[in-house]
Amino acid sequence: MTDTLSKLTAKDFTSDQTPKWCPGCGDHAVLQQLKSAMAELGLKTEEVVVVSGIGCSSRLPYYISTYGVHGIHGRALPVASGLKTARPELSVWVGTGDGDALSIGGNHYIHAVRRNLDLNVILFNNEIYGLTKGQYSPTSKVGLKTVTSPNGVIDYPMNTIALTLGSGGTFVARVMDRDGKFMRDVFKRAAEHKGTSVVEIYQNCPIYNDGAFDVFTDRERKPDTTIYLEQDKPLIFGANKDKGIKLDGFTPIVVDLNDPSVSKDDLWIHDEKDMVKANILARFYDDPDASEDFLPRPFGIFYVEDRFVYEEALDKQIEAAQAKGEGTLEELLAGNSTWTIK
Amino acid sequence: MVTSKTSVSVLFAGDSGDGMQLTGTQFANTVAVYGSDLNTFPNFPSEIRAPAGTISGVSGFQLQFGSESVYTPGAKFDVMIAMNAAALKANLKNLHHGGIIIANTDGFDAKNLNLSGYGEGNSPLEDGSLSDYTVFEVPVISLVRKALADTGLSTKNIDRCKNMFVLGILYWLYSLPIETTIETLKSKFKNKQDVADANIKAVQAGYNFGDETEMFSQHGRYEVGPAEKKPGVYRRVTGNEASAIGLTAAAKKAGLELFLGSYPITPASEILQTLSGLKKWGVKTFQAEDELAGVLTSIGASYGGALAATNTSGPGLALKAEALGLAMILEIPLVVVNVQRGGPSTGLPTKPEQSDLFISMFGRHGDSPVPVIAATSPVDCFYAAYEAAKIAVEYMTPVICLTDGYLALSSEPMLVPSPEELASITPKFAKERKQDDPPYLPYKRDERNVRDWAIPGTPGLEHRIGGLEKQHETGHVSHDPLNHELMTKLRCEKVERVADIIPDLAIDNGPEKGDLLVLGWGSTYGAIKIAVEEAIKGGCNVAHAHLRHIHPFPKNLGEVLGNYKKVLMPENNSGQLIHLIRDKFQIEPIGFSKVQGLPFNEMEIEAKITDILKEL
Repeated sequence: MTDTLSKLTAKDFTSDQTPKWCPGCGDHAVLQQLKSAMAELGLKTEEVVVVSGIGCSSRLPYYISTYGVHGIHGRALPVASGLKTARPELSVWVGTGDGDALSIGGNHYIHAVRRNLDLNVILFNNEIYGLTKGQYSPTSKVGLKTVTSPNGVIDYPMNTIALTLGSGGTFVARVMDRDGKFMRDVFKRAAEHKGTSVVEIYQNCPIYNDGAFDVFTDRERKPDTTIYLEQDKPLIFGANKDKGIKLDGFTPIVVDLNDPSVSKDDLWIHDEKDMVKANILARFYDDPDASEDFLPRPFGIFYVEDRFVYEEALDKQIEAAQAKGEGTLEELLAGNSTWTIK
Repeated sequence: MVTSKTSVSVLFAGDSGDGMQLTGTQFANTVAVYGSDLNTFPNFPSEIRAPAGTISGVSGFQLQFGSESVYTPGAKFDVMIAMNAAALKANLKNLHHGGIIIANTDGFDAKNLNLSGYGEGNSPLEDGSLSDYTVFEVPVISLVRKALADTGLSTKNIDRCKNMFVLGILYWLYSLPIETTIETLKSKFKNKQDVADANIKAVQAGYNFGDETEMFSQHGRYEVGPAEKKPGVYRRVTGNEASAIGLTAAAKKAGLELFLGSYPITPASEILQTLSGLKKWGVKTFQAEDELAGVLTSIGASYGGALAATNTSGPGLALKAEALGLAMILEIPLVVVNVQRGGPSTGLPTKPEQSDLFISMFGRHGDSPVPVIAATSPVDCFYAAYEAAKIAVEYMTPVICLTDGYLALSSEPMLVPSPEELASITPKFAKERKQDDPPYLPYKRDERNVRDWAIPGTPGLEHRIGGLEKQHETGHVSHDPLNHELMTKLRCEKVERVADIIPDLAIDNGPEKGDLLVLGWGSTYGAIKIAVEEAIKGGCNVAHAHLRHIHPFPKNLGEVLGNYKKVLMPENNSGQLIHLIRDKFQIEPIGFSKVQGLPFNEMEIEAKITDILKEL
């Protein structure tokens, strides 16, 4: 229930159901930031619909006091797409996981992304199947031992960001469950973006894939293994902010800013409107544990594009068809060509 | 000399590029405006442009018109237009003995004879094999070229008018006016005056050719009078068009927006195509990435408060199974128009069958019954889709509406109903709630077990629903054993209660009690109707009833079945409805299956009736 006069808080977006995620699961943090983002965006509970598929993260709608649909495995996006097409004025959010969106729902994912309805997709990537108890997922690392890969995963993992860009995504971002405020700000940007916004979240599963992202979250290693993207700012990282990324042709290279021959002016300046750069950034996908020579993993907004959204284009076509008035039931029943029998 | 006929069945057959569908449609429009009853059926290859001149490239358009009611395009035809040798070869077996063949001799040259399989030098027009028929040999191309020589059009464009020439001959032969076609040509080619003129000239030339040629004048002309039809305004519809209009009309009548999520599939695509052109009526169509997304976008739209539908055919219905279970447990309105085709798997995509009854009834996991209804004729596709929408909205349930490839593509005249004649459709929306009101209960039911429709955007109705079992009334996730049993029972009972608003099964023709009842469903209506009519004329004690409501059954069905010594059930499948009847009523009906990708013809059913009654 919403009092339209006063702005809501995260608490107003909290449902009467207690989250049943495991203690320590990254999903708790995401839920909290999502509710805060919704409140800060000034949304009303009755105008928001959270749609999900199946999996741990897809329980999301039950814990938010808006409208919600918990659908079937892999298919949150078509449900959300139909809803948004029918009711463009609603704020539609999709909660989905790496298995839900990228494996069983892979086809829906690429088509929803290219169709560009104004949806906000929160993609919880824990690189594992949690709800079915620990099988590997399409984003699991090669070699990961799970109940269905006792000898190690031999499926090459999917690169969510590259896939999303390749599918024609117009808002592509990545965050980590530990980066609370940063995540919330990206959620807000995603909501404000007109079009399908994808926010991939590296989310730790403490039960079946604990520490999957330690290499990016560990206090010691994080400065060297991650890079945070800021619009119009050079790509700089490292504990002492002394490493940068430079483009040598189309090849990104790590440079040492302590080297006198390296100028800060030569560094790659992040531009979220630049599709070519976004595609190169998406390929910053090295495993820091696998080799000494790696590019840091980017977090933040990779790419933003203003493109027409599906539901508005459809509404425009309908408006044009109704320019001379809406069709009546009589006209519909009679059609274009009739004859009369007396 | 003009001979009067009560009905005539005509086949236009030629290469898929010869314009046979267009020619047949023109003929149908003329006959309709003239006032005869009619039924049409296109018969084209599943390949878009199979090799010209070959049997697999033959495209046909069949229609029957009559001065009495016409229910089918005709089991066999009285007259056949064969634009080439392959067209003749492919269709001769379905021409009545003594029937008329109008053969385009230019399509029987050495090349065509070879491609058709007759072989060069073996022209059926010359070897006496057609002596049982009346054959009119017409060098159509040569005559059209002569008639249109002064139009200034290229030979290629002149040749394109050959079908209009043939149409002119037929108008003469059946004493029909050419004006309807002339008007159509004028408006169709209003920006291409020369093409319009040439086509009109070709129709006139064909008509005059009939009038002036000795072979035709010696044979004489025919006349099929107008049928006695209910006065009113008529239009011609195919089953697929009728389904599309029925859904749109239901949305308008209910005050809802129509949303169709769909993926193209033969023979159902025309429903999506038709609806995508109805934006003037606010219809939203969504061509999804696959069948699953087709139905799931509709589920999303339905949650949002639209009248949501999806259309498909067998393979697509199989893919939609999981989503239909979701719609069933969510208890939201959804119409699925399933245009049946030959199965299993890809089966016979362009051929009709009634073999999706089982999957419609039972093709979901868990206890998840849904109402199933079936259309009986092209026009009835309108009323069936409309009724499906009414049940879906008023009972908050997915409904499967079965048509098939035969109904989908057949056409017949439809008496245009007035909006007032259409049944009311009343959605039961949940009302906005204030801060101090008790919490909203999304699964609270009325006396029919129906819950309210709570539309996002309404303050105070915020609720979460999903595929997980829900607690009675509150809708919270619940794994309580007794609650699951209760909810299962409530959902099933709700669907059973749809029987409260469906009409009793009526006897279509024949005695209320007697020896034999022919019980059909779906598109077998026309063939059974004629067969029973003929059998009654022949003195048989037989009646016909046709089931529109497959699930739930009309309440009086058991009583009706008990009024006859025997029940015959013709089905275009290996016997599916018969299982349901046997199971529910503990009787032993006589099954009669035809699984050839072809509809029944009346002769087959009449023969079966006679056989059964002989043994009684």
